[in-house]
Amino acid sequence: MEIYLDNSATTRCYPEVGKLVYQVMCQDYGNPSSMHRKGMEAEHYIRDAKETISKTLKVSPKEIFFTSGGTESDNLALIGAARANRRMGNHLITSSIEHPAILNTMRYLEEEEGFRVTWLPVDADGRISLEALKEALCRETILVSVMYVNNEVGSVQPVAEAARIVKNYNPRILFHTDAVQGYGKYYIYPKRLGIDMLSASGHKIHGPKGVGFLYIGDRVKIKPVMFGGGQQKNIRSGTENVPGIAGLGLASEMIYQDLEAKVEKMRELKAYFIEGIRGMERTVIHGLCDESSAPHIISVGFAGVRSEVLLHTLEEKEIYVSAGSACASNHPAISGVLKGIGVPREYLESTLRFSLSEFTTKEEIDCTLETLYNCVPMLRRYTRH
Amino acid sequence: MEFHSFLIKYGEIGIKGKNRYLFEDALVRQIRFALKDVDGSFYVHKAQGRVYVDCEGAYDYEETVESLKRVFGIVGICPVVRLEDQGFEQLKKDVAAYIDDVYENKNFSFKVEARRSRKQYPMTSMEMNCSLGEVILDTFPETRVDVHHPDVRLNVEVREEIYLYSDIIPGPGGMPVGTNGSAMLLLSGGIDSPVAGYMVSKRGVELEATYFHAPPYTSERAKEKVVELARLVSRYAGPIKLHVVSFTDIQLYIYEQCPHEELTIIMRRYMMRIAEAFAKKDGCLGLITGESIGQVASQTMQSLLATNAVCTLPVYRPLIGFDKKEIVEISEKIDTYETSIQPFEDCCTIFVAKHPVTKPNLEWIERSELKLAEKIDELVQTAIDTVEIIEVK
Repeated sequence: MEIYLDNSATTRCYPEVGKLVYQVMCQDYGNPSSMHRKGMEAEHYIRDAKETISKTLKVSPKEIFFTSGGTESDNLALIGAARANRRMGNHLITSSIEHPAILNTMRYLEEEEGFRVTWLPVDADGRISLEALKEALCRETILVSVMYVNNEVGSVQPVAEAARIVKNYNPRILFHTDAVQGYGKYYIYPKRLGIDMLSASGHKIHGPKGVGFLYIGDRVKIKPVMFGGGQQKNIRSGTENVPGIAGLGLASEMIYQDLEAKVEKMRELKAYFIEGIRGMERTVIHGLCDESSAPHIISVGFAGVRSEVLLHTLEEKEIYVSAGSACASNHPAISGVLKGIGVPREYLESTLRFSLSEFTTKEEIDCTLETLYNCVPMLRRYTRH
Repeated sequence: MEFHSFLIKYGEIGIKGKNRYLFEDALVRQIRFALKDVDGSFYVHKAQGRVYVDCEGAYDYEETVESLKRVFGIVGICPVVRLEDQGFEQLKKDVAAYIDDVYENKNFSFKVEARRSRKQYPMTSMEMNCSLGEVILDTFPETRVDVHHPDVRLNVEVREEIYLYSDIIPGPGGMPVGTNGSAMLLLSGGIDSPVAGYMVSKRGVELEATYFHAPPYTSERAKEKVVELARLVSRYAGPIKLHVVSFTDIQLYIYEQCPHEELTIIMRRYMMRIAEAFAKKDGCLGLITGESIGQVASQTMQSLLATNAVCTLPVYRPLIGFDKKEIVEISEKIDTYETSIQPFEDCCTIFVAKHPVTKPNLEWIERSELKLAEKIDELVQTAIDTVEIIEVK
């Protein structure tokens, strides 16, 4: 039995989504820019997807822009908005535990385009300090970007409070959130929260890979970062990925159906899993475990076991998890997020991330716990001296 | 300029006396193998003590040359223009056109070297040299003749057709693979062992390889990386039979029974034993490792002595006197470097002690190995029996 507990890396596509994507690829394959009927059909898929997604966010369909995924959404939001608002100032604020798509884009803006970036520290629970945010804001600030849910430890950022602080200070400062791990787990209403831009990705919500969207509030000034045929109001040129967009639309509709029940189930399983882990010697759960943390991410340190080895041991039993974060785990550099939240040294190289989905079952958790109970003591016997 | 053939120059093969045809046949075979996947159709043949690659119809020049540059035994590759013999007057025009096309900058010294294998040609070689030299001098006044150290040697060969060539692209040298038996390479995922395989293969040796896989300590990706390295080496060495050995149980058993500082040495001794078992089974005449004296604890003279002691086949260590930098240079040249440096753990480092022995004493090591007596033979046998074979080509 395959047990997939790596849903923060990617998720299995809903079968309905897969079918729709196939249909759009092979039958309704028109170019939405074409003037004939085939083009119009394709355009309808995009229009429908925009509508569906905008409903989940309670925004206007006109404010949804499709991209190739979370990374592109983040790049467009930061680079596009920073460049467009440069006249107002050159100061950007973000947290120190963002996804590399934010961290490296900010670094680029700092090193290549002369912006000044403030990196907000986080506390031991993996949440940004609002005090530090208040202190960092200044007359030059034009953009603040804070992620919704941290992808490595599952901490939920105080985005609403942060946005309020920013808007109280100066309503013209733009607020962006990378909601790749939050969209589809939380109801996020940008207009109410004071969020101007929001990034999300298809494949984290049982949709296709290679597609995502950026919500851009209608009053946000933004410049394109890619140039071409002027599609999507010239903000994001390039023939739209119609199959992906149609799939993303359907996935967002499906994931928000009965969301409370799904989240409740994940929370129960998470609590159950944590309880099981607590019975194991020399383990630690990183970040918070209560209701204030994400329902689907559990970061566990196993002292005396290298995460890579434990990961492959689980893999042999067809249990799939990540070491730290999948996006970063191909290079064995120690996780910046874990360091950032003050995880002790002995756990830095010994942490696995388990991430659940609405399909995760109690049996799967039981089986995973049992495997861990069997493997971890065995692996602890053989260590590097 | 469109080239119709390649004249293949080979060095050492030429001096192999009566065995010469064996080497030439192997070279022809290797060239055919190298051109197998290149766009175009090629006729590889021996003629008058030379090897030619005739290109029939359209072909990809760059790809052909790149592939030929990976065939051991080739010293030089000369792109040839083949002309129908339509009289000497026409030949003069063709020679001028050839020079004009191939050399953009005409400020060079040259020499014409004519040869006639068709002796009934109406002019002697010397007459051809003079006359064609004159044509070049007249047509391109910037050129000059230098018969001792010319920049350009224009070869004109009169056969059924007339062959013109002047450029020599260097080949890799060495001897054609298949002329010198086969050997078993201990292939890790590192920088050194693929280079070691390349070096030995360059002397005409066919390769097999053994890789020690230690799941869950080494990942599937580490194995894929080794398969890829074998593939990169096989572009030179020809097909490689790769043995993937599950080594975890042996490693853990050594870990439990033996002093930790000796783990790496003892482990390497078992690797040699297992690789040798495969080598002997397949008739390989030696083992190859990427060791270089003093590079790491297990490669000191004392350590090499200790690992060497378990083998009866000779162990070839072509990198023994190389510095890391020199090894890296070769790995970059043969394109294995980028793959080698992908950061996956290999089985030599997973349990490495903080202070492994650097001067192991063979007697002590043998005494330590006695502690393994109970189960080790069985574990080794299992590792040999459960080997996974991957044919890399």
